[in-house]
Amino acid sequence: MSTTTLSDPAGPTDATARTRAALTGADGARRRKDRTMTVLVWAAFVVAMAPLVSLVWTVLSNGAGRISMDFLTLSMRNIFGGDPSGGIYHAIAGTLIITALATVISVPIGLLTAIYLVEYGKGALARSVTFFIDVMTGIPSIVAGLFAVSLFTLILGPGVRMGVIGAVALSVLMIPVVVRSCEEMLKLVPNELREASYALGVPKWLTIVKVVLRTSVAGLTTGILLAVARVIGETAPLLVTVGVTDSINFDPFEGRMMTLPVFAYRQYSQGLATCPGGESASCVADIAIQNAWGAALVLIVLVLALNLVGRLVNRWFSPKLR
Amino acid sequence: MAVGALALTLAACGSDPAAPGAESTGGSQDGGSSLSGELSGGGASSQESAQEAWRAGFQTANPDVTVNYDPVGSGGGRTGFTDGSYAFAGSDAALDEDEMKAAEAQCGEGGVIEFPGYVSPIAIAFNLEGVDSLNLKPEVIANIFSGKIKAWNDDAIAADNPDAELPDTAITVVHRSDDSGTTENFQAYLSEAAPDAWDHEPEGVWPIEGQESAQGTSGVVSAAQSGDGTITYADASQISDLGTVAVGVGDEFVPYSAEAAAEVVAQSPRAEGTADGVYSIELKRDVAGTYPVVLVSYLLACGTYADQAQADLVKGYMSYLVSEEGQQVAADAAGSAPLSADIRDAVQPSIDAITAG
Amino acid sequence: MTTTVSPPPQRVPGRPRRRKRTTDRGFNRAFRWIAVGAGVLILAVLAAVAVFLLQQAWPALTAGSDELAASVPRYPEDTSLLEYVGPLVFGTLLAAALALAIATPVAMGIALFISHYAPRRLSQLLGYLVDLLAAVPSVIYGLWGIYVLGPAALPVWEWLSSWFGWFPLFAGPVSPTSRVLATVAVVLAVMILPIITAVAREVFLQTPKLHEEAALALGATRWEMVRTAVLPFGRSGVISAAMLGLGRALGETMAVLMILSPGFLYSFKILDSAQQQTIAAYIALDFPEASGLAVNTLIATGLVLFVITLAVNMAARAIVARRKDFSGAN
Repeated sequence: MSTTTLSDPAGPTDATARTRAALTGADGARRRKDRTMTVLVWAAFVVAMAPLVSLVWTVLSNGAGRISMDFLTLSMRNIFGGDPSGGIYHAIAGTLIITALATVISVPIGLLTAIYLVEYGKGALARSVTFFIDVMTGIPSIVAGLFAVSLFTLILGPGVRMGVIGAVALSVLMIPVVVRSCEEMLKLVPNELREASYALGVPKWLTIVKVVLRTSVAGLTTGILLAVARVIGETAPLLVTVGVTDSINFDPFEGRMMTLPVFAYRQYSQGLATCPGGESASCVADIAIQNAWGAALVLIVLVLALNLVGRLVNRWFSPKLR
Repeated sequence: MAVGALALTLAACGSDPAAPGAESTGGSQDGGSSLSGELSGGGASSQESAQEAWRAGFQTANPDVTVNYDPVGSGGGRTGFTDGSYAFAGSDAALDEDEMKAAEAQCGEGGVIEFPGYVSPIAIAFNLEGVDSLNLKPEVIANIFSGKIKAWNDDAIAADNPDAELPDTAITVVHRSDDSGTTENFQAYLSEAAPDAWDHEPEGVWPIEGQESAQGTSGVVSAAQSGDGTITYADASQISDLGTVAVGVGDEFVPYSAEAAAEVVAQSPRAEGTADGVYSIELKRDVAGTYPVVLVSYLLACGTYADQAQADLVKGYMSYLVSEEGQQVAADAAGSAPLSADIRDAVQPSIDAITAG
Repeated sequence: MTTTVSPPPQRVPGRPRRRKRTTDRGFNRAFRWIAVGAGVLILAVLAAVAVFLLQQAWPALTAGSDELAASVPRYPEDTSLLEYVGPLVFGTLLAAALALAIATPVAMGIALFISHYAPRRLSQLLGYLVDLLAAVPSVIYGLWGIYVLGPAALPVWEWLSSWFGWFPLFAGPVSPTSRVLATVAVVLAVMILPIITAVAREVFLQTPKLHEEAALALGATRWEMVRTAVLPFGRSGVISAAMLGLGRALGETMAVLMILSPGFLYSFKILDSAQQQTIAAYIALDFPEASGLAVNTLIATGLVLFVITLAVNMAARAIVARRKDFSGAN
């Protein structure tokens, strides 16, 4: 029970005195303060919901009109100007493939590093890993992209653009986020659980896999999903590593790919189309902006779906602690 | 709702889209195309809309071909071209001497092919309640953008616009915050047409500190739309419902149009002392009836390629985009000014000479 | 609690345990080496990034200021590289600090709300909603900032300026387009909110039930319980969470790039345009058209961002370390 005293920096006697003072103090003032804080906490929540609602509403109202079966299942090959046919299938495929690859690279490395730091980490190596992961969170995304480009230029020669380069760039951004949030979650697993497991003769690696990871699976899932969400919307590094294309490409090891954020950004920067014969069903002047909102909506829905899957996984596998 | 969203995504994953090209609007023009493969270039983002149109036209005629264009910016395009990562490139400025040397070294004995493939009028656009168009002389434009003229009812503006009701709103200049070819071309116009009022060296970044700015063409347009009394410069096809300036040329005022912009390029001489394949122009800004504020964007290719297939693709693509049909397609899609027959005829031979070596 | 540890003993019944332990040692070692390997791999990646950055930045670091002024478009005459990067560093820190100042209290409020105030059944859904904010790509934040937040915030900025104009941050004039650092800071705050909230929430939820119940049993109100039991327990976690948020705020590119009308001044005026610029947005802004020494200069500014993050993180680490003794986490 040493933890109770630890939680109180001033020590037990002081705390008792304070508690006594608090109990004998004016009840009305305490209740008022409690109520004020409750209101403030609620207010914080409402304040945070305002931009969310506004954002989701903006994206939904601007993007929903563009969503159709064609939009989701066709690419933009040979579509130009104000032509409202064509869609974002190539970008959806690209985003899913590249993000999945980045996750496959980052999660094992990130999680294992977090395990190392929490379970094994002692001495200079652990300190420097912790330190340099902090440094890594500061890599600007465009620099990560440039790094990946120059790395692959070294291996494959100049001008190579392919999905896997983008995945590497995203991994550089993703790994520190994974490590940091996983580390935080693993630290929260009470030592008592580990000690209980050791006492039963369970080897350390099995304790980590069966006890530590299982206890923290909820937090780990949240952390990894946040990391995925962090990189799935990256634009700048993908533009320099993967390039752009308007045809469908499923192979991340060959040729350019399109991704949703890059698509949305490119369409937004393209601005208005010119319609020589005036606006008609086959020429919509602001089609590019509509496309951008449509792609944004699909991207958000995608992440939402990912989140949902994560939560379900979480619910099925996490132990009931409380 | 979330479950529905999931189902939606899964449906998209599960369905097989039509084969690439099947959704193209036009049928293939002739069945006898022998070209196939992938051709990749990149560069100026100003050319993006035109490149889209050209790629679509070329890919429709040659269904086995995929052409890519990375809108990475002129600098990226020139770097990519000189280090060999792009087979062709787009650039808002002609290569300077050092870059030309590097490009010649990369291209080998065939030399470099450079020509103004995309010419587009730059509109001077403003957002002022109750005013749709204004006549402005080059000196006045330069003074407005340099901040010397501060209000819309300034005498210098009123002198050429006796009919307009000018409010005393402050002028807010909005310029491009990024390094861009549009800025460089616009400044080149100011310093040539009004050398006394504009003494800054034309370059891609705006020279004056402390003014409002935004990123990209769509950025400056939306910034101009969001404030009253704003003025900016942007690709003419993008200015939406903003008011525009008719620019003083000699004694008359010319509103922007693709035709008038095409005319200024047609009237300007070819720069001398360059290699055969290089067609760069020296703009003449004072020819009556022409619109002198233009963005001239160049296309770069090599005279020789290591690989026969690549040489054929570049030759085919360049021939298409310099052709009358290609120039018209870009004009329809991007509001650009089509090249004159003279320039097309002058450029075509060096494209025909592209070989593998 | 016991359910989690029950499976292993089934697998390891009494007798063969001794023999098994020797084989386990192999596994143990392998597992440890894999974990160490992951950590070392990260160091290797980072070393590679650093080498790359240094190698690319070197020409700019060693070039004279005349040379830089000649080939870098925005570079003024007679300034050293440090003087040139100074305003960018200032802008980056100002934007990130403002964002953090707005986001941290709100994020802690939300985290507390989800962990201790909201009805149990609702709390999971609410946490999910906040996580959704993290899913929005920064391009969309940029669009939203331009089209929705900017116009909506303009009257607020004007009000702030007219009433609190004496305060350096809110000194006028107010830009009519709202593309100012204040708008950027709000957008950045919204962007880092979910990261801070998610970590803080998990930490608050882990507060030992005994501590909370003890506080309540002593007659504490809910707020007093939170203040005496939950907050001290979660302090290091919250600081760590804020650091994660800060990392994102410092490096955020697209939203700043799209919204801010940049300038290169040491200016606290967050309601006027053309005052500040952040490093990340600056790199993205000029990179497409840069070539030669200009690219090296941009990478050198990237290196500076790197160093800033490092310094900020070290400071925050120091705070966490000093407070560690007082937090309840073991």
